[in-house]
Amino acid sequence: MTHHLDGNVLAGALSEIFTSDVTAARARCAGCGQTSAIAEAMVYTDAPGLVARCAGCDQVLATVVDAGDRVMLSLAGLSAIELRR
Amino acid sequence: MSAPPVTPALRLRPRSAWHVATVVETRRETPTAARLVLDVPTWPGADAGSHLDLRLTAPDGYQASRSYSIASSTPHGQVVLAVDELPDGEVSPFLVREVRAGDQLELHGPLGAFFVWRPGESARPVQLVAGGSGVVPLYAMAAAHGVAADTTRFQLLYSVRTAADTFFADELAALTGPAFGLDVVYTREAPDGWPDAVGRLTRETLAARTVPAVQRPRVYVCGSTGFVEAVARWLQELGHAADDIHTERFGGI
Repeated sequence: MTHHLDGNVLAGALSEIFTSDVTAARARCAGCGQTSAIAEAMVYTDAPGLVARCAGCDQVLATVVDAGDRVMLSLAGLSAIELRR
Repeated sequence: MSAPPVTPALRLRPRSAWHVATVVETRRETPTAARLVLDVPTWPGADAGSHLDLRLTAPDGYQASRSYSIASSTPHGQVVLAVDELPDGEVSPFLVREVRAGDQLELHGPLGAFFVWRPGESARPVQLVAGGSGVVPLYAMAAAHGVAADTTRFQLLYSVRTAADTFFADELAALTGPAFGLDVVYTREAPDGWPDAVGRLTRETLAARTVPAVQRPRVYVCGSTGFVEAVARWLQELGHAADDIHTERFGGI
């Protein structure tokens, strides 16, 4: 069984991209439509980067790859994010 | 005339940034964990429950970063961590065994707006559920609750192997009182004369020793992934709404 953490662990990597903390933001899975806080996603840290999956259907929600002088972000598995002002 | 707009709490939160920390003191917390007191002059303060990323750089440039919950911190002052050594870990064995006073570490924080507690935000009771070193952010919440003299009812259910493995044992005992109740479940060995059964936390014990769902407590659960997922599932079976349950998992390599 692969070990996973949760979306809380994304806070550091995402804070270098977004201006405010997004782990408390609610987001909708493009696979199953479930809406939950980013912090509640399952996050696998043993890939070459961080992979966030939906806790409901396992769909890949987001990936963050730190390549030193660049960071590659995919949010392809999210159909919406609700950000607080 | 209308009332002035309320500044969103978001704007008041300390912003995350990279900081250089100097180790002031390191001491045994449990047989497998160390408490690290760090001097961080640029630290902006942190909400209780938040974490930081700690980055180590090897002489050849290799870097490894891990997240650690903040046990306590003061703006422009000290940050206290309690780090449990993970078998085969890459960062924690260094922090537990090798780090000495005077060493410098790179920190990125404070991080996380989800698994935090802020005084005065809600009058609902708060139930904390900790497994092992998962007590660290929950201790931070209990301490912040004590400092704020917040009268919201706080309760902590702490599942831990033995008395020696208890993190912040003295500090937690000192916080207990009318507004903070502490319940411990020993999973391997209890102190002499301990009245309760020794063994892993069960759904029945969880039900008996936590604020019932009818009181709509805000619940914070932190521990290993297996612990958190079992407890979160039981809490929902006991009638707690998923949105009332905040979880944080730790582990990994």
